[in-house]
Amino acid sequence: MQAEKYPRKTAATMSYINKPKFKHPQMQTNDIGLTRRDYEGTLTTLCGGCGHDSISAAIIQAAAEMSLEPHRVAKISGIGCSSKIPSYFLSKAHGFNSVHGRMPSVATGANIANKELYYVGVSGDGDSASIGLGQFCHIVRRRINMLYIVANNGTYGLTKGQLSATADLGSRTKSGEESQFDNIDMATLAIELGASFVARSFSGDKKQLIPLLQAGLSHKGFAFIDVISPCVTFNNTDFSTHGYKNTWENHIALSEVDFVPMREEITTSYAAGKEKEITLHDGSAIHLHKTGNDYDPTDKENAMHHINAHKKQGKIATGLLYINQSTADLHELQDTVDRPLNSLGDQELCPGSKALNDINNTFR
Amino acid sequence: MKPTDIADPDYFHKVVDCQWACPAHTPVPEYIRLIAEKRYTDAYMINWHSNVFPGILGRTCDRPCEPACRRGRVEEEPVAICRLKTVAADYKSDITDLLPQAPKKKNGKRIALIGAGPASLTVARDLLPLGYEITLFEKDALSGGAMRTQIPRFRLPAEVLDEELNYILDMGVNCRFGEEITSMRDILAEGYDAVFVGTGAPLGKWLDLPGHEEAKDNIHTGIEWLASVAFEHISSVGKNVLVLGGGNTAMDCCRTSKRIGGKEVSVVVRSGFEEMKASPWEIEDAMNEDIPILNFHVPKRYIVENGKLVAMEFEKVRKEIDANGRRQLIPTGEEPAILPCDDVLCAIGQENSFPWVERDLGIEFDQWEVPVLNKSTFQSTHEKVFFGGDAALGPDNIITAVAHGHDAAVSIHLLCEKQDITKRPNPLTNLSSQKMGIHQWSYDNDISADFRFAVPHADKQVTLNDINVEVELGFDEQLAFNETMRCLNCDVQTVFTDKLCIECDACVDICPTDCITFTQNQKEPKLRTNLLAPAENDEQDLYVSDLLLTGRIMAKNEDLCLHCGLCAERCPTNAWDMHKYLFNTAKAENACQS
Ligand SMILES: Cc1cc2nc3c(=O)[nH]c(=O)nc-3n(C[C@H](O)[C@H](O)[C@H](O)COP(=O)(O)OP(=O)(O)OC[C@H]3O[C@@H](n4cnc5c(N)ncnc54)[C@H](O)[C@@H]3O)c2cc1C
Ligand SMILES: Cc1ncc(C[n+]2csc(CCOP(=O)(O)OP(=O)(O)O)c2C)c(N)n1
Ligand code: SF4
Ligand code: SF4
Ligand code: SF4
Ligand SMILES: [Mg+2]
Repeated sequence: MQAEKYPRKTAATMSYINKPKFKHPQMQTNDIGLTRRDYEGTLTTLCGGCGHDSISAAIIQAAAEMSLEPHRVAKISGIGCSSKIPSYFLSKAHGFNSVHGRMPSVATGANIANKELYYVGVSGDGDSASIGLGQFCHIVRRRINMLYIVANNGTYGLTKGQLSATADLGSRTKSGEESQFDNIDMATLAIELGASFVARSFSGDKKQLIPLLQAGLSHKGFAFIDVISPCVTFNNTDFSTHGYKNTWENHIALSEVDFVPMREEITTSYAAGKEKEITLHDGSAIHLHKTGNDYDPTDKENAMHHINAHKKQGKIATGLLYINQSTADLHELQDTVDRPLNSLGDQELCPGSKALNDINNTFR
Repeated sequence: MKPTDIADPDYFHKVVDCQWACPAHTPVPEYIRLIAEKRYTDAYMINWHSNVFPGILGRTCDRPCEPACRRGRVEEEPVAICRLKTVAADYKSDITDLLPQAPKKKNGKRIALIGAGPASLTVARDLLPLGYEITLFEKDALSGGAMRTQIPRFRLPAEVLDEELNYILDMGVNCRFGEEITSMRDILAEGYDAVFVGTGAPLGKWLDLPGHEEAKDNIHTGIEWLASVAFEHISSVGKNVLVLGGGNTAMDCCRTSKRIGGKEVSVVVRSGFEEMKASPWEIEDAMNEDIPILNFHVPKRYIVENGKLVAMEFEKVRKEIDANGRRQLIPTGEEPAILPCDDVLCAIGQENSFPWVERDLGIEFDQWEVPVLNKSTFQSTHEKVFFGGDAALGPDNIITAVAHGHDAAVSIHLLCEKQDITKRPNPLTNLSSQKMGIHQWSYDNDISADFRFAVPHADKQVTLNDINVEVELGFDEQLAFNETMRCLNCDVQTVFTDKLCIECDACVDICPTDCITFTQNQKEPKLRTNLLAPAENDEQDLYVSDLLLTGRIMAKNEDLCLHCGLCAERCPTNAWDMHKYLFNTAKAENACQS
């Protein structure tokens, strides 16, 4: 005698349940009274095991630890599984899911309009190294003050696993397709084009990824992080250089980074001789642990050399690869107005005929 | 740390907090799921096999399961486990066909049970189906022990009590009720194969203060007085009643007084309100019936006028913690409190007592006159004599008496089968995957975020005027269903296969309570603090895997897991799977496993 159940309170629209709201009792609240769970987005629809979910989790953790106010963050992306990531973190932030390869244009426009937000661009290797390569080059060159993340899996995940332009020569996807071309290395490209913060990391290694995200968010200027983020469904074979196994085995940190938020700056001291401190513009700091190779991330040529040297040996150089704090960003170069455009009044936007005449006179 | 051995029957059992905490290890989440499916009879039978008195316990159990319930850690209030048991009992259909039968042909062994409380009745239940001939001695005219004589009918209706007692008695017990045993020697002389003593803790304590002798007629021990009310030897009490003591007996005394003529009924306790031993819900029920509880009042004397008790004097005190961290009650120096009273009920404790057990029979007692027992077999120093329930370890509760009864029955069966009674039978366990599809499980993992539902009560005007009207109405089916949805299914275990793990972090990222950490192996205390959600409860073991590809281990804090199955849903390789763990203690029928 098995009677029917009462109707469920929540109609499950997806095949799986919502993530329960219960959290562990010792979970901390941050400076603005939020817990890490308050920085979550909607429940992921990516494949279980996709590296991209770990990137979302790392961003959530990074933002919570930094006490970022969600409404002061803008998330922008293109198209691809990776470009879906912004849905899965900071549901209370602003967001724009644009068209394939066009995240840089939208990010540039938004950033020009409102320089006071944190910009987090999330893209994929297909989105940024194929269809959007041109846009990528120009946003780097234009020094937009933002954090640009490429979730790099060496494949077009969303369209079911074609090789992408970041796939290494000889790497093979699940369908057996082998890459016949040399890869585009997004990190060296970014350094080459003038990015002032360039790092590489691995979705599986949050210890490394989270401080890099925090440093990238705090850095003033264009910060780029190439995150190896395995596509568990189409490109996680033993013969793929972008799979979990190869990345775990071959990623080597050129430098180990700790991020010290502004408020702790005074109290946290670094171990002289073992660490190097880089103070960022907002007062926070990066502590670089020496890893035995005396890597100097402020030297551009040295950075390129190390990345290539590692690649030759089948290794993936990770960590903070390059940083330059003296580069001016777009707003400084163009001497733009101090305030977000939406805060300007009629008087400032339409200063009248006298102001127009004054401008015209400067061209006479 | 060493990798966890999940084949150890205790490992996953501990994760089912309620079942682990239940002295009889009732498979709680299993029956809660059955209630959700309206399979009340099945839910009832699961209970009946474990705790023998589901309808009684649903109303009266001390509920050690509830403070243990996981829901209390991750939300606020435990699942109303106990009251759901009542639902199973109240909504079930006729179960007589499902009960075991005592075989016509007996096995030739004769067992005497002394005292017809829950401990003895459990032994009877377990041994009757195996062909034993059971003789049950009881000094009262009816069976049930303290369940009948102490627990008032407004908490436990007579029909519920009789129904569940009869399930056992109807199997064919040789009842010798109304027969008080006055000599163990005589019983042993009757040549039983084993004797089980389940005589409870029948000795109430007096408060011998000045004035006691003169006021004697109006001073009662709580337990004797309650028994007299139960057997209708007493049907009224004075207008002003003082109940001394802060335990459950005091709560039953004051509530009973209110129903048989007490107008001004107060409970008076020596120390603080917070230190009262009574269950919070019993205190709440008494307070709902407008019974004041006066704390920090130390009784000094009975005041008698014209040979009759008229009041009691109390010294007012306050609490202080001394240098050794011990609580001290320091007089405040205020005027003593004089509280008028016509009757005083002393509910300050009870003891087991065995004046009828001769001390030259080989049954040893310790310095406190408590029988010397093996704590797992319940055998005394006399091979054939066993003790259980309150008689064994002092006053406790029904569910503990039941648990003792089961264990003693196992011992008696092993003894009669001439086996080593210290070799305890293994529990019956089963671990099976609940996976039905990628996102489908054979249990409902979509738990509700609702707070605990309160059990509705009958109208106070009605209950206070009739001692036999049950106060709690119980959950209706909809409320019961809503409450079942709060259960986290802690018996559906996360099982980890290290060989399959690719360390993608999918489980770590999805887990709502941060149970899972991949980290370097370390010593347990360090590992416990280094987890994403530190594991503070040392009673709950960590789930630790062998070394993974990266040389790290998976370490899981079982204490906070919601059993939501999301880790298993997100895992791309099935390294995580959800397995239902059924655990039942071995009963006498499973005792001879070889
Ligand atoms: C006021 C009160 C309220 C309680 N409320 C609860 C409650 O809500 N929930 C709960 O779990 N527990 C409660 N308890 C405790 C619970 O009743 C006991 O722990 C439990 O009944 C013990 O069971 P038992 O089988 O060991 O003994 P008992 O139930 O005490 O049964 C012993 C039986 O042995 C008989 N007997 C004793 N000596 C002899 C003799 N010499 N010859 C023949 N017969 C004899 C007695 O008459 C009695 O019937 C309460 C106790 C009291 C006093
Ligand atoms: C203009 C346009 N061209 C092609 C596509 C088809 N398309 C969708 S996603 C995608 C590639 C995505 O790859 P990547 O950016 O690496 O994301 P991933 O799914 O691997 O994370 C392509 C080619 C499209 N949506 N729009
Ligand atoms: S297809 Fe690949 S990239 Fe897309 S969600 Fe699945 S695993 Fe991630
Ligand atoms: S949530 Fe359910 S299974 Fe878990 S301890 Fe509470 S009642 Fe038992
Ligand atoms: S079942 Fe898995 S995901 Fe859910 S709480 Fe437990 S460990 Fe976390
Ligand atoms: Mg890709």
